[in-house]
Amino acid sequence: MTRFFAWAAFLLGSLFFLLPLIGMTEFSLKARRGEYSFDAYMRVFEDQRFWDTFSYSLILAAATIVVGVFLVVPTAYWVRLKLPQARPVIEFITLLPLVIPAIVIVFGYIRLYNTSSFLPMTGSALGTDILLTMGYTTLALPYMYRSVDTGLRTIDVGTLTEAAQSLGAGWVTILARIILPNVMVAVLSGAFLTLAIVLGEFTMAALLNRPAFGPYMQLLGANRAYEPPALAVIAFAITWGCMGLMQLVTRLSKHERAKA
Amino acid sequence: MPEDPSAPRLRHKWRMPVEWLGIVPFLLFALLFLILPTMKIVVGAFQTPEGAFTLQNLADLNTDSIRSAYWTSIRLSLITALLGCAIGFAMAAAVVFGGLPKGIRSPLLTFSGVASNFAGVPLAFAFIATLGPVGLITVWLRTEFGINLRAMGFNLLSFNGLVITYLFFQIPLMILIIIPALDGLKREWREAAEVLGATGAQYWRMVALPILFPSLLGTFALLFANAFGAVATAFALTGPQLNIVPIKLFAQIRGDVLGNPNLGYALAFGMIVITALANFLYIWLRVRSERWLK
Repeated sequence: MTRFFAWAAFLLGSLFFLLPLIGMTEFSLKARRGEYSFDAYMRVFEDQRFWDTFSYSLILAAATIVVGVFLVVPTAYWVRLKLPQARPVIEFITLLPLVIPAIVIVFGYIRLYNTSSFLPMTGSALGTDILLTMGYTTLALPYMYRSVDTGLRTIDVGTLTEAAQSLGAGWVTILARIILPNVMVAVLSGAFLTLAIVLGEFTMAALLNRPAFGPYMQLLGANRAYEPPALAVIAFAITWGCMGLMQLVTRLSKHERAKA
Repeated sequence: MPEDPSAPRLRHKWRMPVEWLGIVPFLLFALLFLILPTMKIVVGAFQTPEGAFTLQNLADLNTDSIRSAYWTSIRLSLITALLGCAIGFAMAAAVVFGGLPKGIRSPLLTFSGVASNFAGVPLAFAFIATLGPVGLITVWLRTEFGINLRAMGFNLLSFNGLVITYLFFQIPLMILIIIPALDGLKREWREAAEVLGATGAQYWRMVALPILFPSLLGTFALLFANAFGAVATAFALTGPQLNIVPIKLFAQIRGDVLGNPNLGYALAFGMIVITALANFLYIWLRVRSERWLK
């Protein structure tokens, strides 16, 4: 009896998740009347704006990951090594982006960094790009910090640092050549999640008026019929790819550790 | 933390500022891109355009249109959080306790990770292609069974449509958070309850659910905040006309539709207050529930 209900719950739930995926795939193939075709995908891939916005978001994702790593790894390391009393403060800050909606944060940016402010970042394209990168770093902060902090927990930070110091290593060497390689799996898994978040993000990019992938998808959705589901299929594949890579690095590292 | 007034500890304390330098870059980042922008909104909510203190902005929120936007947003978040919790719990319990093949668990977790991140614009497209006016299910029901969803009052671009769409990321989030909690229920507890003569229902009512309660309520709060702050899905689905708070704020930031910039601050401040309440509930309950998950 329990088993019957278990199967019923699982299958009904799965149906709910599969139908929209089937729906978008089927719809995206119907661009040609009366037969299935990849016309919608061809049109998407032929659109220069698709490549422009996609590569823009990709570059921003890379920048976000770099900023996030430079920000999170040294901080999490330092808190573990020297400042355990700062942990509650840092953890509280890293949770804030889950509390304050993204739209509120970007609203604050627009008002705080406008052209007549002390730091007029929205005045130029480059400044706005930097601001958007910082916004994305903020959005990814809870996940990046949690991931790296968990990674640091599995290594003996104190002993590694002392060993490196007694061999004459400075702080930069310790961070770059001892700590970072040891938490690489955690960093990569945070990075792939960041990539998935940035590529699909709409609100911040739209309100800062930057040509990112999210606003492009929205614009296409308002004007076309068959391309949007094709884009949805592509976006789903990208999300799936990011999550798959995340699992892959975790699994590979477990495998390595088991062998050692 | 008990203070130890011995000499070495005092010296350690005196040196502390140097060590705090290590987290200055992080604090500076948080200040510039998280705390100051939020403070700007909070302070602006209590200011006139000229900068004087006022409560008028908050009072001005009390119009029919804004009140109904908040109410719709709260209802939407409550309903999707409630359904997300219930359905997600059912699926997680089915996989953990229901005797389903072991091979299902890992794909379900992976899929949940993907689906909980598959929100926003593409999710709206997927549902339009499925339940929209010419979507897969809509057309199938009409041609095969003669059921006209639209005539029956269903419209994807409405409150109910939004609920169904939001569930696509709410349910997986619940599954991701609740499966570890269900794993934390020890077999011994069930055995102990059975030895003492408890039925299955009694075990759930008197042992398992009280232990899970903080996780359940906490996840509920997280799902609530998750739905409350979501902009992209609703915007891509219905455009700027649907009257929920994030969409209203979006329109206000783009073009000052309320005709008063400081009313925009108040609108955003109200959002912070509501999601903050929900999240602090979550964090507090999370800390309480982690005692049982060691």
